[in-house]
Formats: sequence, C-alpha cells, structure tokens
Amino acid sequence: MIALTGKNQSYVLVLYGLCFPLIHVAHAQFILKMAAVQGGMGDADIKTDIKTEPSADGFGNNNANDGRVLSASPGSSSSTGSNKQTAAVTPEDQQTLLAVLQFLKKNKLSESVEILRREPGSDTNSDQPDVSVVLSAYSQQGDPTLYKVYYRDLKKFIETVLDCHRAELSQVFYPLFVHMYLELVYNNHESEAKAFFEKFSGDQECYYEEDLRILSGLTKKEHMRGNETLLDFRTSKFVLRISRDSYQLLKRHLQERQNNQIWNIIQEHLYIDIFDGMPRSKSQIDAMSGSLAGEAKREANKTKVYYGLLKEPEIELPLDDEDEEAENEEGKPKKKKPKKDSVGSKSKKQDPNAPSQNRIPLPELKDSDKLDKIMYMKEATKRIRLGPDNLPSVCFYTFLNAYQGLTAVDLTDDSSLIAGGFADSTVRVWSVTPKKLRKVKSAADLNLIDKESDDVLERIMDEKTASESKIMYGHSGPVYGISFSPDRNYLLSSSEDGTVRLWSLLTFTCLVAYKGHNYPVWDTQFSPYGYYFVSGGHDRVARLWATDHYQPLRIFSGHLADITCTRFHPNSNYVATGSSDRTIRLWDVLSGNCVRIFTGHKGPIHSLAFSPNGKFLASGATDGRVLLWDIGHGLMVGELKGHTDTIYSLRFSRDGEILASGSMDNTVRLWDAMKAFDDLETDDFTAATGHIHLQDNSQELLLGTYTTKSTPVIHLHFTRRNLLLAAGVSQL
Amino acid sequence: MADREERRFAEVSRESVRLMAEGAGVELGDDVAALLAEDVCYRLREATQSSSQFMRHAKRRKLTVEDFNRALRWSNVEAICGYGAQDALPFRSVKEGELFFVEDRDVNLVELALATNIPKGCAETMVRVNVSYLDGKGNLEPQGTVPTAVQSLSDDLLKYYQQITRAILGEDPHLMKVALLDLQSNSKIAALLPYFVYVISGVKSVSHDLEQLNRLMHMVKSLVQNPYLYLGSYVRSLVSSVMYCILEPLAASINPLNDHWTLRDYAALLLSHIFWTHGDLVSGLYHQILLSLQKVLSDPVRPLCSHYGAVVGLHALGWKAVERVLFPHLPAYWANLQAVLDDYSVSNAQVKADGHKVYGAILVAVERLLKMKALSLSQSAEGQSGAHPGSVVGAVSYRVNSPGLSPPPEPLSEAALGIASHLQVGGAGCHWEEWTPVPLPAMYCELYSFFGDSLAVRFSTGTGFGTHSPCTPSQLGDSRKEPPGPASNLDTTRKMPQLTANLNISPRQDGSPRTDPPPPSLSGPGSLPRASSMQRSRSSSSCSRQRSAGLSREVFPKARFTSPQTTPPAFSFLIGGRQMGQRCQGRRPFQTMFATTPPVSAIPPRTYAHKLPVIGRVGKPVRRWTCSHYSLHLPL
Repeated sequence: MIALTGKNQSYVLVLYGLCFPLIHVAHAQFILKMAAVQGGMGDADIKTDIKTEPSADGFGNNNANDGRVLSASPGSSSSTGSNKQTAAVTPEDQQTLLAVLQFLKKNKLSESVEILRREPGSDTNSDQPDVSVVLSAYSQQGDPTLYKVYYRDLKKFIETVLDCHRAELSQVFYPLFVHMYLELVYNNHESEAKAFFEKFSGDQECYYEEDLRILSGLTKKEHMRGNETLLDFRTSKFVLRISRDSYQLLKRHLQERQNNQIWNIIQEHLYIDIFDGMPRSKSQIDAMSGSLAGEAKREANKTKVYYGLLKEPEIELPLDDEDEEAENEEGKPKKKKPKKDSVGSKSKKQDPNAPSQNRIPLPELKDSDKLDKIMYMKEATKRIRLGPDNLPSVCFYTFLNAYQGLTAVDLTDDSSLIAGGFADSTVRVWSVTPKKLRKVKSAADLNLIDKESDDVLERIMDEKTASESKIMYGHSGPVYGISFSPDRNYLLSSSEDGTVRLWSLLTFTCLVAYKGHNYPVWDTQFSPYGYYFVSGGHDRVARLWATDHYQPLRIFSGHLADITCTRFHPNSNYVATGSSDRTIRLWDVLSGNCVRIFTGHKGPIHSLAFSPNGKFLASGATDGRVLLWDIGHGLMVGELKGHTDTIYSLRFSRDGEILASGSMDNTVRLWDAMKAFDDLETDDFTAATGHIHLQDNSQELLLGTYTTKSTPVIHLHFTRRNLLLAAGVSQL
Repeated sequence: MADREERRFAEVSRESVRLMAEGAGVELGDDVAALLAEDVCYRLREATQSSSQFMRHAKRRKLTVEDFNRALRWSNVEAICGYGAQDALPFRSVKEGELFFVEDRDVNLVELALATNIPKGCAETMVRVNVSYLDGKGNLEPQGTVPTAVQSLSDDLLKYYQQITRAILGEDPHLMKVALLDLQSNSKIAALLPYFVYVISGVKSVSHDLEQLNRLMHMVKSLVQNPYLYLGSYVRSLVSSVMYCILEPLAASINPLNDHWTLRDYAALLLSHIFWTHGDLVSGLYHQILLSLQKVLSDPVRPLCSHYGAVVGLHALGWKAVERVLFPHLPAYWANLQAVLDDYSVSNAQVKADGHKVYGAILVAVERLLKMKALSLSQSAEGQSGAHPGSVVGAVSYRVNSPGLSPPPEPLSEAALGIASHLQVGGAGCHWEEWTPVPLPAMYCELYSFFGDSLAVRFSTGTGFGTHSPCTPSQLGDSRKEPPGPASNLDTTRKMPQLTANLNISPRQDGSPRTDPPPPSLSGPGSLPRASSMQRSRSSSSCSRQRSAGLSREVFPKARFTSPQTTPPAFSFLIGGRQMGQRCQGRRPFQTMFATTPPVSAIPPRTYAHKLPVIGRVGKPVRRWTCSHYSLHLPL
C-alpha cells in the first residue's frame, strides 16, 4: 500500500507538469484510488491498479486508461483558451468524479466536496459541454435520406446567387459537408454517410483533401470517439467570414425552405464572422482559408503587438575599422558610436513599437556577451549589402555518412559550430572552424589551475580532448529540434522521447532534461537573449521554459493539432508557433495569450522566420508556399510560390533584404524581401477589414534558385557577413 | 473523385480476418468478421496517418517501418518486429491457397558469424563544405555535392592504407595473405582505391624484383575481386600495370634462374580476369589489349619472353583472340622461332630454351583454338541440322560459308539458360581490321605444317566415345581433318551439366568479346591459388595433358572452396547487377547458391595416346579457365 501511494504521488507530480485543467482529473483519480484502498476493496483490484499505473505514468495522461490511440493527446483536452478545457473529460472521468464526490460526502469531507465542485468541468451541472455532450448534439436528427436533398438544395441555391455572393457562401460547403457527414455517421447511417461522402466530397476545395481523407476512413460511430480531427471539429467552431449581405441571403433562403437541419448546424457548429461592406472575391477567400478550423476571427488579431526591437545596450566599440585582426598600434580603444545605419539604428532610440525594455525580464549581459557583441559589430561593418543584383554566395554543409538519419541542424550565430540531431537519438556537434572542440578539465585538474591568471578560460580546457566533433548521448528517440544558445555555451535538443535536453558545450554533457510534453517534441528554440526557450510538440501546446526552471513558465495552448515549429521574436517578447492545423499563432510571452492567428497555409507549417526588424514573419509549409505576414496589422502580405515540396527552412539575411528558403525539393531559393514588403498597400481599409489583395508576383520576387544534386535543404543560416550557409544530408 | 478516394485505401477483407482468427483458434461469424475488418482498416489508416508525421519531421520522403512502429508505440500498441531490414521484402503468393505471405528466408547464423566480409559498421558521420561561387548575378559554377569524391582520407583510412601496403610489400607471407584477404573483402576502401592503383602502377620501378611484382599482381587481383569496389576508369591503369608484367622484358628476366614465366602466366590470367569481370567499364579495352599484344608479337626485336607474354595473354583472352591475332601472325613468326630453335650453338642455349617456351605456349594456344573452333562449328552445324532436319548440304554449306565469323559463342549456355546471346554476338565487334577467318580445315592444315605430329596427336584423341551425332558422317567425310570436330563436340555434350554451370555464369552475355567460351588458363604450377579445388571439378578438362603434383605455393588466400576434397563444390551465382543489368552498379545484389552435382565420375578423364615431347615448361597442367570463379564470393 505504501508503494501504491508513492506511485500515486509521483503520478500527480508528473501531471503537475502538464496543463492545469488536467490536474483536477488526476487529482480526482488519485483520491479515488485512495478511496478504493480505504474502502477495503479486494486485493485483486489494487493489483490491477498498480499494473495500470506505469502506463498512466508514462504518458502522464488521463486518456491512457481508456485505451485511446495516439490521436488522443492531452493537448486535445486543453484546447482553445478559455472555456473548452473539459473537452476531453470523458464519461469515465465523469463517473470518476461522481464516485469521488460520493466518497467525500460519505466521509463528511464537505470542504473538499465544495472545492472539487467549484473546479471547472468537475461538476455534472457545469454549463460547459464535454465530448459526449458535443457528440450528442448530433443525436437530434432528421431523415438520413434527406441529407443529400438538403445539401443539394443549398448547393443549387448558392450556385444561383449573384457572383459576388457565391464565392463567400461557398465557404459554407466544407464545414456543412463535414458536419452532415459526421451526423450521419454518428447516427449509424453508415451507407447513407458513404453515399453522401461519395456524392459531395468531390465538390470540396482541394486544400481540404487531407482532412477529407481522414474523414473518409471514419465510417463508424465507434471511430469518432478518440479521433482528434473530429474532436477539433466538434470543440472549435469553424470560423467563416461573410459579408452581411451574403449572410442575409443565406439566412433568408434557409428560413424560406424551412431547412432546419442545415440551419441548426450553422447555428451550432459554425461561427460566422459578419462584416459590413463589399463581399470578398474568391481569390481573397482562398488566400485566407485552408486551416483546420476556418479563418481567424477578426478580433483575434486586434491586440496590439509590440513588434519593435529592444534597444541594444551601449557597448564601446574599439575603433579599428581598417585593420581588425591586428590590434591598434596606439592600443587605446576610442569610444565610437556605431556609424552604420543598418547596425546602429536600432540602438539609437527607442522604437515606438518596441516593448518596454523590461517587459520581459532578460538576463544581464556578461562580459563575454559584451565581447561577443563587439565581435558582432565588427563583423557587421564588413557585412555585404545584399540586394537583387548582389546575391549572397552559398556555402553548403553536406552531412556525409549520416546513415542514421539527420533530423535537425542548427548553426551558432557566429557560424562557428554546427550541430545535428539524428534519428538514432544522438546529438553531434562539429566545429566548422579550425578551432577544435575541447572539454573542460576534470574537477581535480581544475583545482590546480591558477584562477587569477588572465588566460584562465583557456587553461580550464583540456587539450587532450580536442576533436573536430563531439557526440552527445541521452535521448531515447529521434532528435527533431536543436538550438544553440546565443552565448554558445549550451545546446537544446528536443526529441521524440518527450523531453527537451539542455547540453553544456563546455563539458559536452547533458545538464537538464525538461520533462512536460510527454509526447514527441517537434521543435525547440532558444530566445535571442538566452535563458528562455520555447518548445512545442505533438501534445499541441507550446511551452516557455527558463533554463533554470524544470517546469515551464508558460503554456501556450490553442492549436488544434501538433505544433511543428517554434520561433522567438527578435525582441524575445513573443513566440510564434506553426502547427499541422495549418495555422500560425503568435503568443505573448508576458501574458501567455494568443495575440495573432494567421491562416492561409494549406498544409502543416514546417518553418518560420522573423524578419530582423521584427515587423514581419515568413512561414513555409508542406504545400511548398512561403507566406509573408505583417505582424503589426495581422495581415498576410505576400505569397511566394516556387517550391515543389515541403519548406523546411527559412531565413532572412542579416539586414532583411533577402529571404532564403530551403526545401525538400533540393533547392535553395532567394526572394526579394525588400520588394515584397515595400510594395505593400497598407491602407486603413485593408487594415481594418483584413481583406488583402495579393498580387501574384512570385516570379518577380524570386531572385535565384540553387539546386543541389540530391540534398534536401533542411537548414539555412546567414553569417554575420551575409554569406548564406545551407545544410542537409545527401540522399545519394 | 469519390472513386479515387475509395481506391486510395488498402482494404483488409473479411476473409483475411477470418483466416487470421482461425489461425488463432477462433471461429468468427460473418458479421463479426466484417466489423473487425472494417475496424482494422480504420486503425491501419489511423496509424499510417500518424506515422507520416514522424516521416515529415525526420525530413524524409520515405515512410519507414520505424515511423510506423513509433506511431504504434505512441498509440499503446506493441511495435512490430522483424521488418526493419532495408531491403524490400519479397511478397509471395501461393496460388492454391490464395495465400499471400512475406517470404521469410532462413538465415544461416553460423555462416554469417564466420563470414569474412561483414561490413564493419559505417564510416564516421561528418560535415563537408561545398562552396558555390556566385557572381553578383547569381550565376554559379559548381553546384551540388559529390559526397564520395570529396571524401578526404580520414585518419583511419590512412592508417589502413599504410598497414596494408606495408603488409603486402613486406616480408611476412602470412601478413601478406591476411592483407590481401582483407583488401578483397573490405567494403570501406573505396576512398583508397586511387592510392592503391597508384601503388600498383609502381610495377615499372620494381621490374628487377620478381617477388614484388608478384605481390603487386596479387594486390590487383584482390582489388578486382573486391565486390564493394567500383573500379571505374581505374581499370585502365590496372590493365596497363598488368600488361607491363606480361609483356615487358623485365629486368628480373636477365637472370635465367628467375622464374618470370610464372609471373607472366599469372599476369595473363589476371588480365583476362579483369577483362572478363570489368571489361565493360572501359570501352574498347579489348581491342586496345589485342592491338598491343599484336604489336609485341610482330616485333622481332623484342626478346622471346615478351613474345611469350603476348602469346600467353592472347591465350588467356580466349580462342578468338588467338584466332584473330596469333594465327595470322604465325607464318611470319614461325621463321624467327625456327631459327632460334635450330641453332644448337652453346651460346644460344639460353635463347633456345626461351624459344621452346614460346613454342609450347603457341602450341597450347592453337590447340585450344582448333578445339574450340571445331566445337563451335559442330554446334552451329548441329543447330543448322536441327532447323533443317536431314539437310546435310545445308549443314556443310553453313560450315563452309560462315566458319567462325560469328559462331554461336555460347551455345551451351543458351541451351541451358535460354538467354539469347546470339544477338549481341553477331556484331561481335571483331571488325576492327580486315580479317577473314580461315576455315577450320585450312587452319588445321597450316598448323599441322608447323607443329606436325605434336599437334595431331592431341587432336585425335576424342574418339574414345562411341556415339555420333547425326551430322558427324558428313563432317567426317568432308575432310580428313574433321574428326576432331564431332569428337570434341561429343566430349562437351557429355560434360554438359558441368560445363553449363560454368558457361552460364560467365560474367557477360552481351559484350561481344566475352561471348567466347571461357578461355583456358595457362599457369605455372601453383601460381593459381585455386588449383586444388578446380582440378577436381574440371577433372575431365580436355586440355589437361598432365597433372602437376600440385606443389602449389599457397601465396594466394584460399578463396572459395575451403575443403574441396570433403564437400562437393558449390557455386554461388551472382544474379542481377553486373550480369543482368547492362552496367554494373551494385556489385553484389544478392546471391543464389547452387550446389553443383559432383563431377560425373562416369566420364573417364581424357587420356592421350602419346605424351608430348616435353618442350620448355609446357608440361604444366592446363586447365580451362572458369569464370564461375569470379562470381563466387563466399566460401559455402
């Protein structure tokens, strides 16, 4: 019994790392188990309890015990922001809670009862819908054979309305189709559902193909339980933006026809964001749609975002422009203001759009950081100004003999180290300069060192360990994300095993394993100022961590599918996450709120990049398109077509003139970012309505395409002097 | 669209479910099976969908078994083991039972454990830089990556190279053996190939040291036999080194005590081996070799040992080469040789001894020429008569009209394998100079005039066998010289089971020169490593005149048959890759093993009525070169 309690405690501990709503359930289960034991249940029961424990422990997930499959990740339970937390509270949990309540009452623990009652989702009379409730919304049904008629009716109507309305109203098709299909399936009209699907699935937009494929596999009521795509559809309303006129048309039509079936669905499962003014054109709609849950609501993107850059600390820069390598003969470093506007502008005065300097507490600069800043500035003065007629040279790092499968690459900011994450769970670091990698001496040897000496930093290194590369073992699954700290002392890696690990690049050992995701962690990245980092994975939540906390500081939940990539804003106040629900979200680190939702991609997003001035965001997806976003206005501002396969890497040049994209199609493409952003017509109307007119100017913006023979490009990096580095593993 | 959707999924039929259930000892009703089948389909799709995200995040295009297993693992399903192999699994069906299954071959673990050529892990992962230079406009010169070519030598490789060269060229014969063996089976030395080729090209600087030359030749052999190496254009360099050993009047040959003949024999053998196994890598190699051999042969200033090399080389390249080059030259050459042989002065003794060697070599070559030609003729005649049964005239005229120009080169192999090798043969490419084939009788006459009885004796020995093929009478009646044709034909037909095995696997069926029957091997006693094993399987070899006692120096690693005396030799055939495909890529696709039937003991080894007058060193055992050797990789 003691062992059991111990286990339970650890269970709860683990769960504390999870998102909060879950804790109640875990808590409840814990209490229930105690109850069972106290109630003198049979030994056999206790044993089974113990047996199931490890699995629950391993996944830290209340879903584990109802035998759900992969799809039922914990994130699904903690979906969008405010009031859908109970989505995953399954009937079993309900029963559990009731049992707990009963037990508590019996033992006269009225206070606990009250507490538990007050917790959201625990109460049976809570006003929030849970899964079974949501699903049972389907139980009210009409004649299954009429579904086709209804749908065809609506289709006919929409085809006959004026052109300007047709495009807008056509948006209704897809969500309606899905819901009607699911309703049929839920009510066990399998053959009707199949017929319905076959008849109308062809009408849907091609970018929903992926979802339709999942849907078509789902033909039984039993399948609906635990299918995450479906859950998403149920728990989040599909958002449509329709002009008032069009909406009125639709409403009138449905009321005339007494088409309650469809009207009900629209009422219950769709969120129609009505705006005044001109209806949008087909191309405008197509540009913005494609995500799992429709477009973003307009108010979702209204929050002010402080996208400006932080003021750079004043650092005296030794004046030796002519000859950097050799020290100045005079030997007296003069104070000098950085003169280059590209470099200096940001350190001049506070940007009006910038957050206040201490909005997010940032680590103080160490001496070594200052030195590095100086180095950076020196390099920056030698930087090549890129442009349409001055393209960067490309340097390609090819990984040879990487039979174990290269899954992630990162380069340090100063381009001195390259790290690779591999499918065989290893992390390898190479030095790409002649300087070899060395470990710090052992503690005993360190004791012998004269700590006062000037070159103590050099002395602590063990020459004997010098080598070109180091391997670090620790993960137990493929390493999907990897990131160097800005000071090059640490390396982060995220893996399929659900952990993020922090490695020291002085000792080449693992320092911390951050546990919390419990599911594959697809990506992780250090803040540009160090200390913080963000991670996101299969559990659909992104977490913000600080290196010295083993628990996350923030949990960003809202995505409806896996978070596939994470990026820090240059000012470290915001985090962008891309997801397989085909949306990009921007999160405020301070409040943890989602401040931007960008829709428009037609496939899972696999790369993100902020422009160096912090104003823009570029995103690349499996659909081979790069989309450009204006963060301040929350608008899509460009679409770059050209790649034919997933874009795994995006990077702006140091001054932001050029955007480089690297893809699975073995090419690096360079785009004229300056032109793309300059051509913007950001009039107030566009900003207000969010209706964008995208020019199809990809060909003009494409400056160059560089193909490798057979090496997918999985990482890109601009050196401080604007040399483009690319990395990948040869597929030959 | 809907149709397409439907078809996109694999369906598990209810029959399959029921079969599975039966396999597990459960009887299922129809409705249950249907339900289960549908659910299985759904779960499979679900797992596939979730596995695809592992693929996407691993930045791959190919979904692996591992991805799928991860998806299963995360859905709390046990992973499926046993499908992690990189190779595609053959999916078989049994017609009768309508059963489909994945072929699961037995793996002989003992064999695997004791195999010498296990890949020893893979090379170290590393990062290499390629710089793409751009002018301002974005034009760039070099693009892309060439991983193997830029691979520079790692420390390990360098060390390996030093050790190997030191061992091979060093004093310790045992060490050399080990080094050669490793060179022959190491899968990771591709990067070192240019270095080894360079070392081998050093033959010119050690022409005084027979031992070193021998070692270098062995090195060539090891490299050529290494199945993991792609020699590419290095073949040319290797060939020129080997040719040097065959043809050059080596400094070592000044001393008559040095047995440079063995070296030449061995090098000639090697030459034909390279050419048979790698000849396709360099176009026109055959003609280049023939030309240079011809040049040496027709140069009277060259010493006799060079001539000997040329003859041996031609012989090793096959009877067609002999017919094309040696035979037309014979009249001119004969005069010179005769002069040498007829000079009985003491001062000429050494030269005369050399002359005898050349004489012997020529004799062996032309004998084989005659034999093979007769064989091919008789076979084509046979084919002809098969086509027009009873048409004797047709057979004869065929023989007269097209003797040897394009004789079906591999009739036996064709019979056995059914691969039409005729087609490529026609254009045998032998039109590199005007050359009219001499009909067999004329050829025999001419040769007889040179060699007299020493030739005739060897030719008429085949009559020990009773049966005659239908066309023999006509051929017999045709000329006095004819008997050998049918005789040898019979001889070979008798030996069919064995010969076919050898011919089938001759490395090339398409390249014209290599369609010759396997060339015979001339070798010094013991210069062939496989002497012992091969002698057994080729015990009925028609050419062997006398057996050497087999004082074989075991310089060369015992490669193929570890204990030929106790177990029947088994051949492993390379199928696919070099043989089937046009150009070699993977040198070792897969192997199939055949155990040959033990040599037919019923056939008595050929005995010759007369023994040849012993001239020079011709008394060596001459065995037919079997190319099957070269497609053997593992001791079985």
